[in-house]
Amino acid sequence: MIAIIDYGVGNLFSLKSSFAAIGAETVVTGEPEAIRSAEKLILPGVGAFGDAADLLRRNSLDKLVCEEAGRGKPLLGICLGMQLLFDYGLEYGRHEGLGLISGSVRPVADYIPSGCKIPHIGWNGLRFPAGKPVSPLFRYIREGDCVYFVHSFCGAECGDSVIATAEYGAELTAAVAQNSVYGVQFHPEKSGEVGLNILRAFCEL
Amino acid sequence: MITKRIIPCLDVKDGRVVKGVNFLGLADVSSPVKLAKFYSDCGADELVFYDITASSEGRALFTDILTEVASTIFIPLTVGGGINTVDDFDRVLKCGADKVSVNSGALRDPSLISAAAKKYGDQCVVLSVDAKRVDGQFRVFAKGGREDTGLDAIEWIKSGVANGAGEIVLNSIDTDGVKNGFDLEMLQAVCGMVDVPVIASGGAGCAEHFKTLFHSLPKVDAGLAASIFHFGEVAIPDLKRELASDGIIMRL
Repeated sequence: MIAIIDYGVGNLFSLKSSFAAIGAETVVTGEPEAIRSAEKLILPGVGAFGDAADLLRRNSLDKLVCEEAGRGKPLLGICLGMQLLFDYGLEYGRHEGLGLISGSVRPVADYIPSGCKIPHIGWNGLRFPAGKPVSPLFRYIREGDCVYFVHSFCGAECGDSVIATAEYGAELTAAVAQNSVYGVQFHPEKSGEVGLNILRAFCEL
Repeated sequence: MITKRIIPCLDVKDGRVVKGVNFLGLADVSSPVKLAKFYSDCGADELVFYDITASSEGRALFTDILTEVASTIFIPLTVGGGINTVDDFDRVLKCGADKVSVNSGALRDPSLISAAAKKYGDQCVVLSVDAKRVDGQFRVFAKGGREDTGLDAIEWIKSGVANGAGEIVLNSIDTDGVKNGFDLEMLQAVCGMVDVPVIASGGAGCAEHFKTLFHSLPKVDAGLAASIFHFGEVAIPDLKRELASDGIIMRL
């Protein structure tokens, strides 16, 4: 059973549907017991970093998620859920994240040349860092496969954790991993077959 | 690099996909759910799903169809038609839509754009504009192209973007259904004025028209069409391969 953590941000319909499409059983829940007993965790999220981090804390889910990840339970953060894995974010002021991935979350605008539209929205190809084995999360896809992005902030200062980037006037962090904690900036639940294959690989971790 | 997008548009009336020629003479095409799945499987980058009768007859969107579409396909889905309030946004987003397109609703109440953008983010709000040449001006039309609003399209789009619209669908009534190519002149006038993605709509008749669109207007992000896809005149996989081999960045 995979728990899709429900802490009051965003719409989990597509995420739940996409796991159903690959035959994975999920439960959308904010209940600590259900999160503890799940084999894997999904941390979704849309909206602003600070609001989402507050909601996680208000529901006392921040410590629980860190505990479970500390036990080696596979955790996948998606979009803002990925950003929350970092030490801190700089969207509308500085906000603390979960600290599961070393680094910070900064405006895409700080990295790309002027003339590139913000947000970074649309389909973009994944690049895998040279000289590193391909992450097990990507075992069913190939470098260059396109996934769907919608974001204005991105993971930064996370050198060794980066498992994929996307080119948008600069190399933007597209996915990160540290131990059993994974994060993807893009939306696998909106990335067609490629996205489903990433979720499938996560289910098999 | 971000790819250019190919977007089939599914106009829905009474639960069926239809496509008008110059917005008149609707012909039944297929089941929305089947067609959506077909397009997703053959590489469509996104789908736009309009309830075309909603603004004139005040009909609510068929949210059960939408729910079924969103449970079956896993590409971005934009929903429009009959979006008049922030509650309408909520209703379709809960059914799995990713973006919501406003047209007549925003013309009636321009504050809808800013209210929705504030609640759901700019990326969620698509401003769809039906425009037509009148007295040497690109004029905004409401109610599925039947009513001249008197508004200048460029000004309307600029104010929409300033209020938080994260994407523009520009449908030229002059070229819609004629299959003679996109309205490059109108698109160019808009692209130069805004820095959000612009989706070209109206006039695509063959693959060559998409090629011309993306080559002559590099700032256009996507091409939208309906009947040429629905009737199989242009197959999306062939179209995307052809564009890619012509140097246009595509998701293959």
